[in-house]
Amino acid sequence: MMTLARRRKLTNIVAMTLSMLAMLFGFVWLIWILATVLKLGIPGVSLELFTKMTPPPGAEGGGLLNAIAGSGVLVGIATLVGAPIGILAGIYLAEYGRGTWVAAATRFINEILLSAPSIVVGLFVYGLVVSRSGNFSGWAGALALALILVPVVLSTTDNMLKLVPNSLREAAFALGATRQTVIIRVSMRAARAGVVTGVLLGLARIAGETAPLLFTALSNQFWSLDLGQPVANLPVTIFRFAMSPFEAWQHLAWAGVLLITISILVLNVISRVVLREGGGH
Amino acid sequence: MTSIRPAPEHLLARHLRQRIADGAFLLVTRAAAALTLLVLLGIILSLVVGASESIQKFGFGFLVSSEWNPPKEQFGALVPIYGTIATSLIALAIAVPVSFGIAVFLTELSPVWMRRPLGIAIELLAAIPSIVYGMWGLMVFAPFFAQYIQPSLSAVFGPIPLFGRLFQGAPLGVGILAAGVILAIMIIPFIAAVMRDVFSVTPVLLKESAYGLGCTTWEVVSRIVLPHTRIGVFGGIMLGLGRALGETMAVTFVIGNTNFLSGLSLYAPGTSITSTLANEFGEATPGIYTSALIELGLILFAITFAVLVCSRLLLLRLAPRDAA
Amino acid sequence: MQQIQVGADRVVASAVAQKQEVQMAFKAVNFHYGSFHALKNINLDIYKNRVTAFIGPSGCGKSTLLRMMNRMYDLYPGHAASGALLLDGEDILAKGCDVQTLRAKVGMVFQKPTPFPMSIYDNIAFGVGLHETLTRADMEERVEWALRKAALWDEVKDKLGKSGTSLSGGQQQRLCIARAAAVRPEVLLLDEPTSALDPISTMRIEELISELRAEFTIAIVTHNMQQAARISNYTAYMYLGELIEFGETDAMFLSPKDRRTEDYITGRFG
Repeated sequence: MMTLARRRKLTNIVAMTLSMLAMLFGFVWLIWILATVLKLGIPGVSLELFTKMTPPPGAEGGGLLNAIAGSGVLVGIATLVGAPIGILAGIYLAEYGRGTWVAAATRFINEILLSAPSIVVGLFVYGLVVSRSGNFSGWAGALALALILVPVVLSTTDNMLKLVPNSLREAAFALGATRQTVIIRVSMRAARAGVVTGVLLGLARIAGETAPLLFTALSNQFWSLDLGQPVANLPVTIFRFAMSPFEAWQHLAWAGVLLITISILVLNVISRVVLREGGGH
Repeated sequence: MTSIRPAPEHLLARHLRQRIADGAFLLVTRAAAALTLLVLLGIILSLVVGASESIQKFGFGFLVSSEWNPPKEQFGALVPIYGTIATSLIALAIAVPVSFGIAVFLTELSPVWMRRPLGIAIELLAAIPSIVYGMWGLMVFAPFFAQYIQPSLSAVFGPIPLFGRLFQGAPLGVGILAAGVILAIMIIPFIAAVMRDVFSVTPVLLKESAYGLGCTTWEVVSRIVLPHTRIGVFGGIMLGLGRALGETMAVTFVIGNTNFLSGLSLYAPGTSITSTLANEFGEATPGIYTSALIELGLILFAITFAVLVCSRLLLLRLAPRDAA
Repeated sequence: MQQIQVGADRVVASAVAQKQEVQMAFKAVNFHYGSFHALKNINLDIYKNRVTAFIGPSGCGKSTLLRMMNRMYDLYPGHAASGALLLDGEDILAKGCDVQTLRAKVGMVFQKPTPFPMSIYDNIAFGVGLHETLTRADMEERVEWALRKAALWDEVKDKLGKSGTSLSGGQQQRLCIARAAAVRPEVLLLDEPTSALDPISTMRIEELISELRAEFTIAIVTHNMQQAARISNYTAYMYLGELIEFGETDAMFLSPKDRRTEDYITGRFG
């Protein structure tokens, strides 16, 4: 029979050990996954990766040039379209809609869209664009990515604007500024770093999205920047190559995964630096 | 004071311009915000319209039939629904205790200087795209799983009546269980990050008074922090569940992709709603086949929507306390 | 007693009015936050080129009164004003009032320094640019003029391109005064401008207020009675949304007419 004090102490030690083991358990996977990506990805990184097209089935060599370029174009267009919409909508929620139920409802729905399955967004764009126009296209892919980007940017803009002290807005109003002037020249300026962070995080999110591209941009084995046609892109190419029996394709898939992982981690790190350097208020 | 003011009428014209810009800006931002609502409505509408043919033909039977036979144009969603729910529940069973442990470590145990870097590492882990988890799962984890983990699981749980049947069968590596484990690895950072944020809402004063009474760390966590934040913790778990249900790539690589329900074993390959869509939608013939796939998407959206609404409502209920 | 006192108030007020030009006048002004009656039938004159201080315990309505004078309450729904508040004879509470022009004429400085996240130069130019189109040279001249008015020029003339937030607290508050002055308003509203500052910065701002009086009409809310006594020409004592007493500062502090004023300024409550 243990004394109460000893039993409490023992329970504590057991619980705390389990907590530490959980932490270790979480990190083992992280290290294992990153190590694998590095080990299998690095051998595939060469100049050819960035200068040659994806090879036909069974062929040796080749690169990912068309997929990298296609991904860049799709993500770029999605950001150009999605980021302004997300920022404007975030401004509406934080600046105009304070305390109104419309804004509260929109915020709630946005939070849901933020975690909605991305494959469903792909289905939506398929129904909206692909099934009407009759073919898969880069535009459809970019639209799907933009729809995934908007909630991320909206939510960050909204949160960052809420952090801007209201006294700053009052001071600008007191000088005779209209609300639009206050928002553009004072609130947004104060929240600039946070909004940029939101866009970067959104970029990181869509750069690796695969599911919504499967039924929209599809992919393409050739150089293809005609957005009216299927456009090659990294995630879908990786998916196809990884599932294939050809070793050359699998090597390319690992190199592609390495590229995507690195760019996303870099985007995340940059966004943190931007927030820390520029969030000085 | 010498007046260098512009004439009043000039002043008004200037202000008028600013006001027109103000009104236009309000309209533009409001339209952008309205777009969010439109997208949600659009998603629901397009799924319902796309699925209508299948809904009319199969009715309620779609949900309970396990036959998925494109050539015969017979479709039932039971197998993918089972796969989606089973993999998500396995993922939760693993991820919840681990995430809880991580959150406790990050908020109560870790030295202060380690908290930030470890927290950032967790958040970076959450940012890795799911296709990476999927590929790793197929090429690295599945063989390892088949060789080492599955035989041991069979040895330990196999003899238990009923429950043991879940862990019998050929250790293939890929299958429902492997997909669940990969999903778990993927959602651990999400749930851990939410739990950590929620735990840090507990007032420091409350914790300090408990420590002051001589409580151990575990007692503070289990009697003070957890009761204070249980709604938020639950919201975080639901958020993770929402992610798991809707995940495509991590599952598609490792679930095995077969449309039969072959016994109870979790070792068996299966399919989920998302992996069925990923594998078949691109090649499906227009008509009833496509419509059935879209109905699968509708079912998925309905399930995740319900889960996410619950999650957000729970997290919202915690927010006012946060502000107070 | 009450009757006689009110009568005496009127005598003082009218005597004062003869000497001074009225810049702003409250005529039977009431103010409601939702169902809360925040200001009750306020009648009060603010004299040109004088400093008027508003004192009273927290929640007495002195800040609300100040924020009526540039219609800051417009920003928040559920607020309603009635009566008339005249600026140079025009009612600023009236529907057709151009709030932007009003705010160009009535500037405001807040409790906490609120430098915008931009350069010192741009902080000053921001307000001016809203109402006037100046050439580059004129704008530079105006920025220098405003910074000199706020006794900040010598400290910042070599770093006008630096961020306004890089200044010290006292400097930031003087920057905000310069920013409000740069628009060349007729009235400057100061809402507890020194409550977030250290004693030395406070002293500098107080000196500044006395100098600014030459060009601007000043209304200041303060929780510090000594400050009111030091810098103001007129003082208004408010309590629970009512204007209890208004008169020349020296007279009021020497011999308050209302017992509630006396209790407050002698520190018996508040």
